[in-house]
Amino acid sequence: MSDMTMTVSGGSGAEEALRFHVAEDHHPENATLLGFWLYLMSDCLIFACLFATYGVLGREYAGGPSAKEVLELPIVAVNTTLLLLSSITYGFSVLEMQQNRRGPMMAWLIVTWFLGAGFITLELTEFTHLVSIGAGPGRSAFLSSFFTLVGTHGLHVTSGLIWMIVLLVQVGKKGLIPANKRRLMCLSMFWHFLDVVWVGVFSFVYLMGVLS
Amino acid sequence: MSDHAQHAHDDGHHESAHDGVDQIHVSLKGYMTGFAAAAFLTILPFWLVMSGAFSKTGPADAFILLLAAVQIVVHMVYFLHLNAKSEGGWNMLALVFTVVLVVITLSGSIWIMYHLNQNMMPSMMKDVRSLP
Repeated sequence: MSDMTMTVSGGSGAEEALRFHVAEDHHPENATLLGFWLYLMSDCLIFACLFATYGVLGREYAGGPSAKEVLELPIVAVNTTLLLLSSITYGFSVLEMQQNRRGPMMAWLIVTWFLGAGFITLELTEFTHLVSIGAGPGRSAFLSSFFTLVGTHGLHVTSGLIWMIVLLVQVGKKGLIPANKRRLMCLSMFWHFLDVVWVGVFSFVYLMGVLS
Repeated sequence: MSDHAQHAHDDGHHESAHDGVDQIHVSLKGYMTGFAAAAFLTILPFWLVMSGAFSKTGPADAFILLLAAVQIVVHMVYFLHLNAKSEGGWNMLALVFTVVLVVITLSGSIWIMYHLNQNMMPSMMKDVRSLP
């Protein structure tokens, strides 16, 4: 939005009223949510690059362990369940927010936090196990791209967890004011977006990796 | 969108209750439908792979990717509340643009690098070395 636009008619400008749009007039109300959506789309491009890297390098084992040998589907199945459940509990939190019920909203948010924390814990367990059996990120191109892709997703989930704590404090102090509602909706988009990325990860990396 | 702008004028300043948040239509039914569909679309490929029902690669890969694509659409619609009208269509426009870039990045990289691998096979390298 330009700071000040002025419309002047071509020839006889005198009788036509000058119209000013000043920046302080009003702010597009949806700008935060739309802006956050644009951020998510750019984040999507980061993941696209990482997926492409994995797609290219995912079968280059350099004599090291293959995807089939090191990836354990039962852990991933539990992880996927945790993340999917955390998506729906976040949904419940949003529903409570719309009813303006602060207590239940925070309770569902805390449930979501623990599900997300469980996801990260399991993922870190998997990573430490891989490193301990000598399948660290330095072992082969496959493992480098695997750790980068899955690790970046895990880093995002960790950021989401930190954000959730901040939001809980904010809601606890100020209640469900419009600003906090907006923040909750932004985090909602972030959280569900991470679940979307995880769908790609478990399908493309884990399931197809084990099949190969 | 237009009557929404009207509201903002009435309220006088932008830190109002109409911060776009109340515009988003969420319902328990929507979330549960999305969850049921997502759960089914997750369990099916995991079961097919873990039970060993799938032999390796080929159609199995295509099927897994298809299920993933459907599940992503389910998440977008039921969890991210995306539709052609949200934010005056800008959400959808940004998404379409992103999807185009993602498809180009992914298919382009894999396609080109696959062919590069084919052409850099050791047998091929011998020919290159014997060139004058």
